[in-house]
Amino acid sequence: MYQAIVFLPLLGCIVAALISIAGARARHPGADPAPGAEDHATDLGPHTGGGAPSPHGDHAVIHHATHEDHPVAPPAAGSRAAELVTTLFLFVATVLSWMAFYRVGFGHQDSREVLLAWIYSADLKVDWGIRVDTLTAVMLVVVTTVSAFVHLYSIGYMEEDPHRPRFFSYLSLFTFAMLMLVTADNLVQLFFGWEGVGLASYLLIGFWYHKPEANAAAIKAFVVNRVGDFGFALGIFAVFMMTGAVDLDTVFAQAPSLTAKTIDFFGWHADAMTLICLLLFMGAMGKSAQFLLHTWLPDAMEGPTPVSALIHAATMVTAGVFMVARLSPLFELAPNAQAFVTLVGATTAFFAATVGLVQNDIKRVVAYSTCSQLGYMFVAMGVGAYSVGMFHLFTHAFFKALLFLGSGSVIHAMHHEQDMRKMGGLRDKLPVTYVCMLIGTLALTGFPLTAGYYSKDAIIEAAAAGHNPFAGYAFAMTVIAALLTSFYSWRLVFMTFHGKPADKHAHEHAHESPWVILIPLIFLSAGSIFAGLPFKELFAGEKVAEFFRESLKFGPDNHILHDMHGLHWSIPYIPTVMMAIGFLVAWQFYIRRPDIPASLARTQEPLYRFLLNKWYFDELYDLIFVRPALWLGRVLWKGGDGRIIDGLGPDGVSARVLDVTRSVVRLQTGYLYHYAFAMLIGIAGLITWFMFAGSH
Amino acid sequence: MASWPILSITTFLPILGVLWISALQGDDEHTRRNARWAALWTTLVTFAVSLVLVWRFDPASPEFQFEEKTSWLGGFSTYHMGVDGISLPFVILTTGLMPLCIIASWEVIQTRVKEYMIAFLALETLMVGTFSALDLVLFYLFFEGGLIPMFLIIGVWGGPRRVYASFKFFLYTLLGSVLMLLAIMAMYWQANTTDIPALMKYAFPQGMQTWLWLAFFASFAVKMPMWPVHTWLPDAHVEAPTAGSVILAAILLKMGGYGFLRFSVPMFPHASMDLAPLIFTLSVVAVIYTSLVALVQEDMKKLIAYSSVAHMGFVTMGIFALTAQGVAGGIFQMISHGIVSAALFLCVGVVYDRMHTREIAAYGGLVNNMPLYAVVFMVFTLANVGLPGTSGFIGEFLALIGTFRVNIPVATLATVGVILSACYALWLYRKVIFGVLEKPALVALRDLGRREILVFAPLVILTILFGVYPKPVLDMSAASVAQLLENYQAAVGPKKAAMDVSRPPLTVAK
Repeated sequence: MYQAIVFLPLLGCIVAALISIAGARARHPGADPAPGAEDHATDLGPHTGGGAPSPHGDHAVIHHATHEDHPVAPPAAGSRAAELVTTLFLFVATVLSWMAFYRVGFGHQDSREVLLAWIYSADLKVDWGIRVDTLTAVMLVVVTTVSAFVHLYSIGYMEEDPHRPRFFSYLSLFTFAMLMLVTADNLVQLFFGWEGVGLASYLLIGFWYHKPEANAAAIKAFVVNRVGDFGFALGIFAVFMMTGAVDLDTVFAQAPSLTAKTIDFFGWHADAMTLICLLLFMGAMGKSAQFLLHTWLPDAMEGPTPVSALIHAATMVTAGVFMVARLSPLFELAPNAQAFVTLVGATTAFFAATVGLVQNDIKRVVAYSTCSQLGYMFVAMGVGAYSVGMFHLFTHAFFKALLFLGSGSVIHAMHHEQDMRKMGGLRDKLPVTYVCMLIGTLALTGFPLTAGYYSKDAIIEAAAAGHNPFAGYAFAMTVIAALLTSFYSWRLVFMTFHGKPADKHAHEHAHESPWVILIPLIFLSAGSIFAGLPFKELFAGEKVAEFFRESLKFGPDNHILHDMHGLHWSIPYIPTVMMAIGFLVAWQFYIRRPDIPASLARTQEPLYRFLLNKWYFDELYDLIFVRPALWLGRVLWKGGDGRIIDGLGPDGVSARVLDVTRSVVRLQTGYLYHYAFAMLIGIAGLITWFMFAGSH
Repeated sequence: MASWPILSITTFLPILGVLWISALQGDDEHTRRNARWAALWTTLVTFAVSLVLVWRFDPASPEFQFEEKTSWLGGFSTYHMGVDGISLPFVILTTGLMPLCIIASWEVIQTRVKEYMIAFLALETLMVGTFSALDLVLFYLFFEGGLIPMFLIIGVWGGPRRVYASFKFFLYTLLGSVLMLLAIMAMYWQANTTDIPALMKYAFPQGMQTWLWLAFFASFAVKMPMWPVHTWLPDAHVEAPTAGSVILAAILLKMGGYGFLRFSVPMFPHASMDLAPLIFTLSVVAVIYTSLVALVQEDMKKLIAYSSVAHMGFVTMGIFALTAQGVAGGIFQMISHGIVSAALFLCVGVVYDRMHTREIAAYGGLVNNMPLYAVVFMVFTLANVGLPGTSGFIGEFLALIGTFRVNIPVATLATVGVILSACYALWLYRKVIFGVLEKPALVALRDLGRREILVFAPLVILTILFGVYPKPVLDMSAASVAQLLENYQAAVGPKKAAMDVSRPPLTVAK
């Protein structure tokens, strides 16, 4: 069953990829000398097989602004088949995942199976395997459910795009890689999934490859993630050096014996566990877009909106959180690393929320919100409340996917307009989308009884109850971020759906999305409401130990879940109060006195600029990394290779040699003869030498 | 069958093809066609015969297999051939790539087709011979002899600056080989044999080891090529015809790494241990330096050539980590790079054949009319950046994890190369493949033809297969690698008694 969950998406990916390649091949036959371009088309006909003739061509009428320089090609044959196959497989995987969730979470049947040997080299043994425990089961449910709805949604959202088979292939590839990641039984397979989702993310961000911004964003995402993976890889190396293994069980069993050891890292006698956890966490920072390695996430919004919902909100970016939870037996032994996790999480929660306040692109607001919410999850991980962090991961997947897909519905309705300043008053035009977005916003801001209310408040409580040096800081930051979250979320709703339409023409042409788009929204809305209360006890209450069992490790001194209940009575009310204030301020700014934001931006110009430009991180990195690297490359190439090595080496020598050969010998030889001559002399010398030496 | 000299057959079959093609008369289209087919059949049969080696090879044994030994050259030297788990993968890589090179040159080469095919077939014999010679003199002949056909291939069928490139190639290799020749003589003087297995058991005096090691190093470092003697490679690649680049990158570079494993480590273990820091330094510099240089290249082939130097840095680093994973990683990386870099040069060849320029700026948006090409190029780009699931990952990962055990700073700095490789490889891909197809000259380009698909298909399959299931390659060399390290440990044992490969060496109790 677990194999089916993991490999069905791969199968879907391959089918869709074949359809896509066959379709592309039919349109662009190869450079064969034979006269037969037609020949080829018929040659490849059978491959497109399975695909019923697409009933789709006539839908592809409107094409977006971004596509204007690009002729709208007819959809490839078999597009519908690719969509249906991948989506169907995903729904099957979803059903199986929920069954697995029930079986593992409540039936307590953990499973571990080895599929195939992967890397065997002396004492290093790495297998392909599937490990399913409660932690994995939670992720399986999140990944397959959101992915299935995103697949379904994409059928509607991408209907104008001629490259749908490729799109669905990428989506399924992503899902497969993500499932490999969450079912990994060793660090190397985790790394495989980790880079695999990175690849899918790269491909999907750059899906519209004719857009230069999309290509730049795709590369940026891959490279920034690679920076994180650099740390992750070193962490794996360090784990192997210290324990001689990379499979989770052996590593966890050995971990307690490493607490007194140190590693000499560039002269720093680091505590082994702290160093390992910090290195591994660097990977998490990259993947989950945490402070300093966050710059790729907003740019990733260049990808199609369903991608943003699936990858950059609900699943991939939470992989870092999952990793910390998965490695909780290690992090529990490294309090300093935990403190660092808390620090980074809290800083991100605050930082991203401030930037979200002033963004005007609807997707970027949601993206910064994601970044901020991921910070919340890391705060929970840092203070040792792993299950609480997972709870937020679980609920967040629903409401953030909902917000993205809802934004997508708006964008779809507005013919690919993403600037909120050009929207407004869409409430009447898009009633279903509006309601869904309201639900998502309520859940995100933590309105009582919605899913986000339980998980987010639990994190703030955990921060208040935490014992590590940054817990107080984290509490302050998450509370402030709660206020900011509420403000920017309502700002988004008010700017988009309320007020007067900014663009009359676009407003008139706005239309509610088709059902294939709305159904996922409705289901995710239900999830955003009901993913909270029923699961509260399992993730943040009395049943945590029984539900998660060994999949999460709480050290003997970790009483965080207990301490959360002994807080001052007022603390649980603080987030709710913050939410209310945020709402009221947004109401004041965007409904009652729409002139305030503009005047505020004028009077607080430097601050506004600072936030609008995202704290100038892109500019800073460009200045200290990108430019110096290119400059250094050029210097090393022209100066190092050209002037110094070649100048002093071959070119200099050759100049001398040529002088000599020209002026003295004047032999009409090519270099080959020189060479053959030299070699012959060498061999002659060799033989002479041997004869001579042998005669002794 | 067992009594047949299969190894010699594999080695010298291509010479049969050379004779066959030489016998063809005239220079009309018909002759050219015959020469091509003759070369293709020869390489295919050679490949088939070499597969017998794989089939009959016993991976559990670390000893040399398929040994052949005949007295030769008046008795002071022997014709001694044989392969073990370290050399067999390279033999197969060579025989496997040759048919693809012939197919890739099918239409591109229209002048002196006969000579071209003869050069390639002779090159094959010399390359296979290099990997299976078990006698120093024999090795030297194959090793140095292989340069002549390569020299010709660059010099005759190369690009506009081919004279400069081949001259540079000549200078560097001459320097290295003269020193190696001296070392070979000194070794004979000392040990009174040129038999490689015997020399591997011979304990050279420690002082002498250093000099011999340095002399061999001069030759192998140029071949690899290691920084700072790498500058011949970008020029040679740029000027060589596509198939020449393929062989150069895929096989000739591997002779350096093979030489380290066959000579430097087993014969001069003390020197290897003492001079490992030198190799580490040069490797790390190579990885970072050449990756940075690759970032700013304007020529597709140069970029890939610099990336080759960086990848070879991982190989030398892994080999001289002298841990099981490091050495296995070095070997795997060489095999993987043989496949991937060959494929990347073929990818450049595809567009070069159509456009006759390698300038990156001349391209853009090819995905629009060459979708299959885009897919193929993507696979190899990803393998080049070492994405898990492709063969590129396994070698880098093993080399790095093996090095980390003995030297953390070196492994850490080399890992930076993993970030940089993503930068330059994806940048190249973006510039050539993605974007809008707006350059008028590109619009008429057509996608991969059937012959091109035939060349790429096996490479794509192997890249992914070895990424998911690298066991066949790793198992093939595992026993030989284990023995290599065992002997090394035994030789240097007294010096580093405190260190034990199976235990993390850098762990200190607080």
